[in-house]
Amino acid sequence: MSAMVEVRSVHKSFGPLGVLKGVDLQVRTGEVAVVLGPSGSGKSTLLRTINHLEKVDSGWISVNGALIGYRRSGDRLHELRERDILKQRTRIGFVFQNFHLFPHLTVLENITEAPVSALRRPKAEAVRTAERLLDRVGLADRAGAYPKQLSGGQQQRVAIARALALEPELLLFDEPTSALDPELVGEVLDVIRDVADQGTTMIVVTHEIGFAREVADTVVFMDGGRIVEQGPPGEVLDRPRHERTRAFLAKVL
Amino acid sequence: MPSDTLDAPAVPAAAPPGADAAVPRIVPRRRPGRWAAAVLVLVLAALAVTSVVRNPAFQWGVVADYFLTDAVLRGLGLTLWLTAVVMVLGFAVGTLLAVLRLSGNPVLRGVAWGYVWLFRSMPILVQLLFWFNIGALYPVVLGVRTVDLLGPVTVAVIGLTLHEAAYAAEVVRGGILSVDKGQLEAAQSLGLGAWRRLRRIVLPQAMRSIVPPAGNMLIGTLKGTSIVSVIAVQDLLYSVQLVYHRTYQVIPLLLVATIWYVVVTSVLGVGQHYVERHYARGTAGAR
Repeated sequence: MSAMVEVRSVHKSFGPLGVLKGVDLQVRTGEVAVVLGPSGSGKSTLLRTINHLEKVDSGWISVNGALIGYRRSGDRLHELRERDILKQRTRIGFVFQNFHLFPHLTVLENITEAPVSALRRPKAEAVRTAERLLDRVGLADRAGAYPKQLSGGQQQRVAIARALALEPELLLFDEPTSALDPELVGEVLDVIRDVADQGTTMIVVTHEIGFAREVADTVVFMDGGRIVEQGPPGEVLDRPRHERTRAFLAKVL
Repeated sequence: MPSDTLDAPAVPAAAPPGADAAVPRIVPRRRPGRWAAAVLVLVLAALAVTSVVRNPAFQWGVVADYFLTDAVLRGLGLTLWLTAVVMVLGFAVGTLLAVLRLSGNPVLRGVAWGYVWLFRSMPILVQLLFWFNIGALYPVVLGVRTVDLLGPVTVAVIGLTLHEAAYAAEVVRGGILSVDKGQLEAAQSLGLGAWRRLRRIVLPQAMRSIVPPAGNMLIGTLKGTSIVSVIAVQDLLYSVQLVYHRTYQVIPLLLVATIWYVVVTSVLGVGQHYVERHYARGTAGAR
């Protein structure tokens, strides 16, 4: 078994508020892990530590064998230079709840920006890749539009294409459908499902239980800054072992 | 069938009398007060204009005679040049100060704060006189006499730029802070470097909040450059002053300068409209 993501006893506090209280998690290459849990349980913070948008207070995280944000020498972890952290991030795609598309750039420019400026790809090649990705998310005809001219669902599909343009080895989704009108959720989940089917390793924080059941290899349930239980969706969702999992599922199902 | 549909009144007796089942016509309220106020203001404005035009003391003929003379145009040229140089240098230094002010380094933050504090506190007139007399403090710089190094125009550029930069720093800082934090996180998660994030993602979006106050500053600077007349820089105001010190036609020559300031300000206002439109691209209003 090869672990793509390894999280080891990660702690993180915001001031006096402990958000992650010793999280251990392994995600295998090609696996889709769906993280469930009530708000404030630390799911989003965990996801953000994996590409070093949040620094951990203790513990460590590695992706594909490389420590994220740090270099180890002896029993110390030295924080990497900004340039090296940025390089690591180009291999980890991140999709935000509120899309965070660049509003002053067209859809095409949003997607080609990182390949051209962070990976130094030739412009023409980046444009070809972007057009192919737009076709894949069903927006081939909107390349010249500005984000505000698209629906929320379309914006999120562009954001997914933007993350895919870097050909990441790992994709992180932070509640990708929570900001969408209900009728737009399906089109975004379809795209995520399609990406999952291609074998990309991904961690998805979501409230969509049906999606978890259908797409997840592993369901991870978090509460109070800890992982309460994890396992195949058939186990965690249908035969939860912990009272807190049962209570949560009773509320959302 | 439900009787309370919108286009058919539920109770026929509720229809206005004489409406004959047709949709009633809407009559706007009459506003006599508006008409009266408009007429009054127009009359007052007409009286003011007539008095200005018909009062011979304004000497409109003299205004026309001097409006396009070489001396006046040279002064106008210097005013425009000074405004442009001060705006460009001021915003370059101001942007640098804004970035320092927002940096993670507390020393750089403190220095930028101190600069803005100091140069916003000093009246620009005092600053110009100070730089004009800097030779008293440092008579010789790098083996050159300071008075030879710093002519009146150089002093004007330095003084106005330092002053402008303090205000520009605050305008740019406000613009940067107006950009959603998520934009920066998205750029970081895509691996964009710090310089690229600033230039390609943050500043273009900050420009939407920067341009209106910057337009104000540009117009303020255009007129504010007239203060350099106190150190004998031959800008637009000083050029007409030189003429009226000779001819004593004070009012018409001040009108010459005023009309030029109004003309240039109006042109700049039109330019600002197009710049704002450019930076509004991608927002809901600019579809």
